Amino acid sequence: MTTTAATPPRPRAAIAERTLRTDRWWLTPLLTFLGLAGFLVYATVRIFVDTDYWVDAYHYLAPFYSPCLADSCVPGSSHFLGSPFPQLPSWMSPAMIILVLPGGFRATCYYYRKSYYRSFWLSPPACAVPDGHKKYTGETRFPLLVQNVHRYFFYAAVLVGAVLTYDATLSFHGKDGGFGIGLGTVILWLNVVLIWAYTLGCHSCRNIVGGRLTHFSKHPIRYWMWTQVGKLNKRHQLFAWLSMFSVVAADAYVWAVSAGMTDLRIFN
Amino acid sequence: MVDNNITRHSFDVVVIGAGGAGLRAAIEARLAGKKTAIISKSLFGKAHTVMAEGGAAAAMGNVNSNDNWQVHYRDTIRGGKFLNNYRMAELHAKEAPDRIWELETYGALFDRTKDGKISQRNFGGHEYPRLAHVGDRTGLELIRTLQQKIVSLQQDDFREFGDYDARLAVFAETTITELILDDGKIAGAFGYRREDGEFLLFEAPAVILATGGVGKSFKVTSNSWEYTGDGHALAMRAGANLVNMEFLQFHPTGMVWPLSVKGLLVTESVRGDGGVLRNSEGKRFMFDYIPEVFKAQYATTEEEGDRWYTDPDNNKRPPELLPRDEVARAINSEVKAGRGTEHGGVFLDVSTRMKPEEIIKRLPSMHHQFKELADVDITKVPMEVGPTCHYVMGGVEVDPDSAESAVPGLFAAGEVSGGMHGSNRLGGNSLSDLLVFGKRAGEYAALHVDRLADARPVVSQEALDAAVAKALAPLVDDPSDGENPYTVQYELQDIMHSLVGIIRRAEELEDALVKIAEFKKRLANVRVGGGRKYNPGWHLAIDLHNMLLCSEAVAKAALERTESRGGHTRDDHGKMDPSWRKVNLVCSYADNGVALRRQPVPTMPHELLSLFERSELAKYLTDEEIAAFDSNGSKDGDKE
Amino acid sequence: MSTTRHFRVWRGDDEGGQLTDYDVEVNEGEVVLDIIHRLQATQAPELAVRWNCKAGKCGSCSAEINGKPGLLCMTRMNTFGEDQTVTVTPVRTFPVIKDLVTDVSFNYEKAREIPAFTPPADLKPGEYRMQQVDVERSQEFRKCIECFMCQNVCHVIRDHEENKEAFAGPRLFIRAAELDMHPLDARDDRKEFAKEEQGLGFCNITKCCTEVCPEHIKITDNAIIPMKERVVDRKYDPLTWLGRKIFRRDQLESGAK
Ligand SMILES: Cc1cc2nc3c(=O)[nH]c(=O)nc-3n(C[C@H](O)[C@H](O)[C@H](O)COP(=O)(O)OP(=O)(O)OC[C@H]3O[C@@H](n4cnc5c(N)ncnc54)[C@H](O)[C@@H]3O)c2cc1C
Ligand code: SF4
Ligand code: SF4
Ligand code: FES
Ligand code: FES
Repeated sequence: MTTTAATPPRPRAAIAERTLRTDRWWLTPLLTFLGLAGFLVYATVRIFVDTDYWVDAYHYLAPFYSPCLADSCVPGSSHFLGSPFPQLPSWMSPAMIILVLPGGFRATCYYYRKSYYRSFWLSPPACAVPDGHKKYTGETRFPLLVQNVHRYFFYAAVLVGAVLTYDATLSFHGKDGGFGIGLGTVILWLNVVLIWAYTLGCHSCRNIVGGRLTHFSKHPIRYWMWTQVGKLNKRHQLFAWLSMFSVVAADAYVWAVSAGMTDLRIFN
Repeated sequence: MVDNNITRHSFDVVVIGAGGAGLRAAIEARLAGKKTAIISKSLFGKAHTVMAEGGAAAAMGNVNSNDNWQVHYRDTIRGGKFLNNYRMAELHAKEAPDRIWELETYGALFDRTKDGKISQRNFGGHEYPRLAHVGDRTGLELIRTLQQKIVSLQQDDFREFGDYDARLAVFAETTITELILDDGKIAGAFGYRREDGEFLLFEAPAVILATGGVGKSFKVTSNSWEYTGDGHALAMRAGANLVNMEFLQFHPTGMVWPLSVKGLLVTESVRGDGGVLRNSEGKRFMFDYIPEVFKAQYATTEEEGDRWYTDPDNNKRPPELLPRDEVARAINSEVKAGRGTEHGGVFLDVSTRMKPEEIIKRLPSMHHQFKELADVDITKVPMEVGPTCHYVMGGVEVDPDSAESAVPGLFAAGEVSGGMHGSNRLGGNSLSDLLVFGKRAGEYAALHVDRLADARPVVSQEALDAAVAKALAPLVDDPSDGENPYTVQYELQDIMHSLVGIIRRAEELEDALVKIAEFKKRLANVRVGGGRKYNPGWHLAIDLHNMLLCSEAVAKAALERTESRGGHTRDDHGKMDPSWRKVNLVCSYADNGVALRRQPVPTMPHELLSLFERSELAKYLTDEEIAAFDSNGSKDGDKE
Repeated sequence: MSTTRHFRVWRGDDEGGQLTDYDVEVNEGEVVLDIIHRLQATQAPELAVRWNCKAGKCGSCSAEINGKPGLLCMTRMNTFGEDQTVTVTPVRTFPVIKDLVTDVSFNYEKAREIPAFTPPADLKPGEYRMQQVDVERSQEFRKCIECFMCQNVCHVIRDHEENKEAFAGPRLFIRAAELDMHPLDARDDRKEFAKEEQGLGFCNITKCCTEVCPEHIKITDNAIIPMKERVVDRKYDPLTWLGRKIFRRDQLESGAK
C-alpha cells in the first residue's frame, strides 16, 4: 500500500502444518507420474528393440521408427526421405535419430512441462502443497531456459506429422499389392488424427497463426485460424494424453503384426 | 496500554473515499498540482463502486444518435420526480460523455459498437440506449481504470521526485472519524489505521467527502459494511447540511433466499432482457400496479408487453420496467397481501421466457450468483426476489458547480452528496455522477487551496484530544458489562427495516425516533475488548455513531414529508403533492442530534423547464407554477 | 434448519498464533463468511477478517479453507460434510497482520512497477475506435477482482520468499498481457519488461493460479503462455530471426507493434 512510511517486512502466519488440504491432492500427480513413467519405459524398450517396425505386406510403419532414415533400416521402411544416415553402430536404432523430434516436442510442450514439473519434480506437487525443493529459479536460466526452443520443435513436429500422415496413406496397402484396409490402417489413421489434434493445439501454433497479432479485426483469416486452434488448445491436455496412448498403441500393434500376429483385414 | 502517538501528515487536499467519486477527485486535484491524499476504509480498489453492474449513463448517442444531453436531463428529472437540483442534473447530463471518454485515455475497455465506439445499453427510465458498460461488471472497470490512472500519476511523480507518494498518496484501510475545523473552516481530518489502530492526523485546508451511502443501517441491503454513512455524519457534525435524506432507493429485486444472501442485488437487466414478475398464484401482477401518470407509456396486456421485446417501436413496454420505486412498492404490496413466495418475495422468471443458452450468455453473473449462492438454476426455475435497500438519494448539500458544502473547504461528491437525483435515481446515473462531480470537487478543492494561499487553518490541540478521546471511549480491557456493538447494530437494522423501510407511516416513524433515541443512550455504554489492532468490534462501535445520526436524519425527514414521492412512500399520505415539490428538507447537527428545516427547491430556469411538454409539467407543478410557466412562455413568444 | 459445526480458525498475529476451535451454528444456504461473522457477533468480536461485497465481486475475503485458497463469501457450507471440521487460515504467502487479515502490499507495489497504459499521442478523448474482437482478450484480464489468490497460491513466492523481489506474479502477468494486447497501447517493450523486470521466466506454468482464480480467468493459457511466446517471437524464433536477417525488418519496423 502506498502509505508514506515503508513498513519493514513482517512474518507470515505461523501455521505448523505444511498443508491443510484434506482432499486426495496426491492422487493426480501420482497418476500422472505413473502414466508418464509407463510411456518412458515403453519408449526406452522400444527404441532398443530395433526390429519389427515394418510390415511389408501391408506397408505398416511403426510410428516410433518413422521416418526411418538410416541405411540400417529394414528394406522398404525408408520412403521418400531416403536414408541420409549411414549404417548405424549396432547399439543404435534408427528410432533414436528421429525420436529426438517428437520427444523434444513433447518434452518442451507447455502441458507436459506442467505435468512433469508437478509429478516428477514436485514443484509443486499440487496447489497449496509445498514445493519439494529449497531453491527455485524456474525457467529463468540454463538448463530450463532451453524450454524456449519449443517453437523449433513445433516446426519439426509439423513435418513429423506430415510424415506420419504419409505413412498412414501408405498403409492402405492390400495383400495383392493394391488398395487395402486392415485394423492397422485404422489404428495408424486414428493415431495421425490425434497427433494432429495435439500438434495443432500447441500454444506456439496458437501464437503463430494469430495470437501474436494486436488487431484481429485487420486479419480476419488469421483470427479465424486462431479461434480454431484455440478450440484444440482448450483440450490440449486431453489430446496430449490421447495421442500419447495412440502412438503407443499404434506402435505396439505394428510391432505385434510384424512379429507374427495376424492383422485383422477389413478389405483386401 | 494505549499509545496516543499521532502520526501527522500534511496535504493540500484530502479525499475521504476511494470509490469512483474519490478517485476521480484525487486525480483532478493532483493534476492541478496539489499534494493529495486518498483515504479509504478498505483496501485500494475495493470500494462499493466495484459492485456496480449495469453501466454508466452518458448521452454519447453512439447507439441512437437522437440522444443528447437534453434528453438525458429530461429523463433524470422525470426519474427524480422534479425534485432534483436542476443545475446538478444539467451539469451531469452535459459533462457525462466527456468523463466517460476520458476513461478510455486512462485505459478503460468498454464494450464496443460495430463501428468501434463505446456500446450503450437500455435501462429503466432512459429513453435511449445510454449506459456505457462492460458486460455486467462496469463498476469494476471504472474503479480499476481510475486506480490505474492514479498509479500512472504516481509513476510520473516517481520519475520526477524519486518518490511514488510525492504528490499523490493512498492511505488504505484507514478510517476518518472526525473532521477538524478552525474557525468554521476545514483544517484537517483525524482517523485511525485499521491495521494497528494508530491514530493519524491529516492537516489540510480542503477535504473532499466521497464516502458513499448509508444502507448498512438496514437489515436487507445490497450495501456492504462500509456504508455506515460516515461522510454524511462527518459533514453534519462539521456544520454542513444534508438534503433529501428521506429518499432511499429500494431496489425492487434483491435476493431473498437463502438468508445469508438476502438483499444481494439481482440486476435490472434481468427484467430488461425479458424477465417477468409473478406472484405465488402465477399472476403477472405488475399490470395491476401501473400508476395514472405512466398509463400512457406502458403496456396493459401481457401480449403487448411481450411484443415490445422484439418490436419496441410499435408496442409499449411491459410494466415490469416501471421505475424502481413503483416496482418495489408493488412487490411489497403483493407480499403483504399474502401472495408472496415461501421466503417472502415474488418470482422473477426468465426460465420460461428465454432459452437456457441465451440466459447464460446474457446474464452470466446472475446465473453464476444464483447457482453458487442459492443452488438455484435460473435457466430452469424462477428466482425469488424482493426489495432491498440500495442507494441513498439524500446527502450533503453542495453548490452544484463547485461541489462545496456550507463549510468552507469541505466538498462532497458521489453518493454522499445530495440533490442530483431528486427523489429517485435512475439506474446508471450514479456512475456518471461520480465522475462528473468527482472531477468538479477535485478542481474546486484545488482552487480553494490556491485562494487560501498561506492563510491555512490550523488544527488545535483541544480538537485533537477530543477526537482521540472519542475514538478510544468504547475500548476497554473487560467489555463484559457493556453493550455488544453487534447487538446494537443488529437491532438498529431491524428497526430501520421495519419502521423506516419501503412503506412508511407516521406512528411507525415516531416509534422509530423513540427507539433511535434509546439506541443513542445505549451507544454510550457500548464496550469492546481486544485492543486496537485490526479490531472489527472497535471499528463498528465507532461507526455506530454515524449510523445512528444518519438513521435519525432519515426518520425525521420521512416523518416530516407528508406525501409519497420517488424513494419515499407514506402509507398515510399516498399521493404526490405538487406543493411538496417545492420543498427540500434540510438536516443539520444540533445537540448531538438532527435539526430539521424546510427550504425551497431551487427554481428551474425557463429554458430547462421548456424541455418538457406542458402536459407533463402539469402533473408535477402547482397551478401557480404552471401559470408562471405559461406567462414566461408567452413572454418568450413576444420577444420573437 | 440449523446444525452445530466444528470450526478451526487461525487466531494470532505476527508474533505467533494457533488454530482455535469453535462450535458454531450453521443454517441452510450459508457461506463460510456468514459463519465467521457469526463468530464475531457471538464469540469473538475482535476476530479480524476482510470483506466487502459478499458476492464474489470485490476480492477482499481471500483466505484458505481446508488448505485451499478460496473466497470466504463464495464457499458454501454445504460443500462440506456435516461432521467435517472446517479449517480457516489466512493466506500463507503474505505477512500476517491479525487472524485472517494479511498484508497484501506486495501486490500493490508490483502493480506500481508496470508502466501504465500509454495512450496514442495523437488521439483525443472521444476519438478512440476499437473493435470488439480486438478488446476481448484484454477484457478477460480486466475481470480480475484483485483477490490475489493467484499470487498466494503461486509456489514461486509461496514456497520461496526470496523470489519476491524478482517475481511479479500471475496477477501482474495478466496486466502485462492486457496492455500488450490492448489495441491502442503505444508501448512496444511490454514483452521485454515481462521477461526482464517481472520475472516471467520463474513461472513453470504449473497452473495453480488458473485453478484458484474465482473469475475463471485463464491466466496461464491466455496470458502467461502467450507472453512467453511473444518473448520467443522476439528472441528465439528461428523463422523470425531468419526473416530479420534477410529483410532487416527490425530496422524497417522499429517501434511498430
Ligand atoms: C450492487 C450494486 C450495484 C450497483 N449498480 C449500479 C449501476 O449499474 N450503475 C450505477 O450508476 N450505479 C450503480 N450502483 C450505485 C453505485 O455503485 C454507487 O452509488 C457508487 O458506486 C458510489 O460511489 P462513491 O464513489 O460515492 O462511493 P463508494 O464507491 O462507495 O466509495 C466510498 C469510499 O469511501 C470510503 N469511506 C467511507 N467512509 C470512510 C471513512 N470514515 N474514512 C475513510 N474512508 C471512508 C470507503 O472505504 C470507500 O472507499 C450500484 C450499487 C450497488 C450496491
Ligand atoms: S502457472 Fe506460473 S504464475 Fe501460475 S501459479 Fe504456476 S508458477 Fe505461478
Ligand atoms: S487473476 Fe484471478 S485469482 Fe488472480 S487476483 Fe485476479 S481474480 Fe484473483
Ligand atoms: S505442444 Fe503442447 S504447447 Fe506446444
Ligand atoms: S466479500 Fe467481496 S469477494 Fe468476498
